[in-house]
Amino acid sequence: MSAAAALATTPAPATAAAPLVRIRGLEKSYGAFKVLRGIDLDVGRGEVLALIGPSGSGKSTMLRCINRLEVFQAGRVEVDGVVIGYRDAVGPEGPELRELPEREIERQRADIGMVFQNFNLFPHMTVLQNIVEAPVSVRRMARSAAVEHARELLARVGLSEKEKSYPRELSGGQQQRVAIARALAMKPKLMLFDEPTSALDPELVGEVLEAMRDLAEEGMTMLVVTHEWGFARELANRVAFFDQGRIVEIGSPDQVFSNPVNERTRGFLSKVL
Amino acid sequence: MSATAAAPSTVTGPLRPRRHPGRVVVGAVAILFFADLLYRIAMNEGFQWDVVGQYFTAPIIMKGLVSTIWLTIATVVLGFFFGTLLAVARLSQNVVLQSLSWGYVWFFRSVPLLVLILFTFNIGYLVPVIEIGLPFMEPWISMPTNSVITPLGAGLLALTLHEAAYAAEIVRGGILGVDQGQFEAASALGMSRRRTMLRIVIPQAMRSIIPSAGNQLIGMLKGTSMVSVIAVGDLLYSAQTVYNRTFQVVPLLMVATLWYVIVTTVMAWGQYYVERYFARGATRQMPLTPLQWLRGRVGALSRPSAAEPAGTEARP
Repeated sequence: MSAAAALATTPAPATAAAPLVRIRGLEKSYGAFKVLRGIDLDVGRGEVLALIGPSGSGKSTMLRCINRLEVFQAGRVEVDGVVIGYRDAVGPEGPELRELPEREIERQRADIGMVFQNFNLFPHMTVLQNIVEAPVSVRRMARSAAVEHARELLARVGLSEKEKSYPRELSGGQQQRVAIARALAMKPKLMLFDEPTSALDPELVGEVLEAMRDLAEEGMTMLVVTHEWGFARELANRVAFFDQGRIVEIGSPDQVFSNPVNERTRGFLSKVL
Repeated sequence: MSATAAAPSTVTGPLRPRRHPGRVVVGAVAILFFADLLYRIAMNEGFQWDVVGQYFTAPIIMKGLVSTIWLTIATVVLGFFFGTLLAVARLSQNVVLQSLSWGYVWFFRSVPLLVLILFTFNIGYLVPVIEIGLPFMEPWISMPTNSVITPLGAGLLALTLHEAAYAAEIVRGGILGVDQGQFEAASALGMSRRRTMLRIVIPQAMRSIIPSAGNQLIGMLKGTSMVSVIAVGDLLYSAQTVYNRTFQVVPLLMVATLWYVIVTTVMAWGQYYVERYFARGATRQMPLTPLQWLRGRVGALSRPSAAEPAGTEARP
């Protein structure tokens, strides 16, 4: 592990030899504004990591760098031992990362599920069509097999009877559960959740957290940007606290919530808890 | 208010809507003027309604009508095909394609359609031979322009060049109107840019494209009448052919007018159904079909209040 990685106060739990997600020296800026100022992070297989921190601290941006929805200026992101968006090469000035062709990046993205704050279901397609679309068009799965799998997933999130509905006809909580099923239809190695419950009415948050809990118990590796402290406390193996583009504290929920070492973490938690 | 005033009434009798006597009076006066206008048109000898009736379905007029419809549909289909390519080029990440697309739209929106038609008609003078091949290379195919560009071909070319520029802007607007989150969700699922456009973005963009495309179609129906200047046998040209012989100018213009109105009506009717198709999933309530709309209107007239009858909240 590099010297920079040692900044992360707690090492990833030893669930498997190699971490599933490995981020080193990640930097990203929008013009002059630095959103990420050097992120180092390891996420183990089957681990649930909650990302918390004030808005604008870079947690969502980091999440979006993992599946290359955002292009970054420096650093390296690996998922399952493979660099995302680039390949290692040797240039005139030594080792460098060369950007992959679009097709390769699309293939990498297909293995990483993502759930958005605003669901982003396809409004012109029924629930079933939403789920079947990518397995058929990206994975070249037979339609009948994709439909069968989609129905299993809908049953898992408790929405079997809604397969013919359009997203508009569903509540926010139901839409988000469909979005989870849609992401799972690609059989991802990893799931990214970007504030999955922030757009929901309070009484609908529970059903979405329930679906995420099931997923965590099945051993899915999950990175979750969240303001649901209860969820983070109960389900996360570790919590990472972001501030001004850095991870300033990372550790077990107990440690971060009850006994924060960092000044900023303490200040933030005292305001929100 | 003091709470000790009269005991609060609990009466919940029928709610009686306000009457609108003013509306009735204004409506009646308007009907009177309109009836007078219709009467004068019907009774005006200058229109020679018997001649209108005589030529209304004459073979030459029918042939012109078919040409006009054919030309309109071909132009709009080709225009939107190339317009979509222009819009995608404009929104691509390639600066050269962006600029060329912008330049095309800038130029062809600036040139009056009539001028464009006259230019394409004379294209044989500018480009005597049409060659197909790669830039700066020996052409694969070459043929004299005047054998390819007939008046009809010139008309179709001019109308398509013109239409593509407008269609490009309409399609671009439709694509920009689709939520950014849709692109992200499709990307996150590993869908390619092309696939995302075809399956996710364009179907949603259609909802805002269709009404404008309907307008273009109807506008183009009348725009095609300009090709009569280069002797393409469209509806107007056919009517002109007849009145140049018989000197019954007004009734034949009326024949053409009536056909334009009829075809426009049919097209507008069809547009409702296309809009309904692309509205699926977008609104809880489907836009009304023309028949439902008409029924709602007639129903509203016969009611004392101006309140909308239930089920017609959505404007068609």
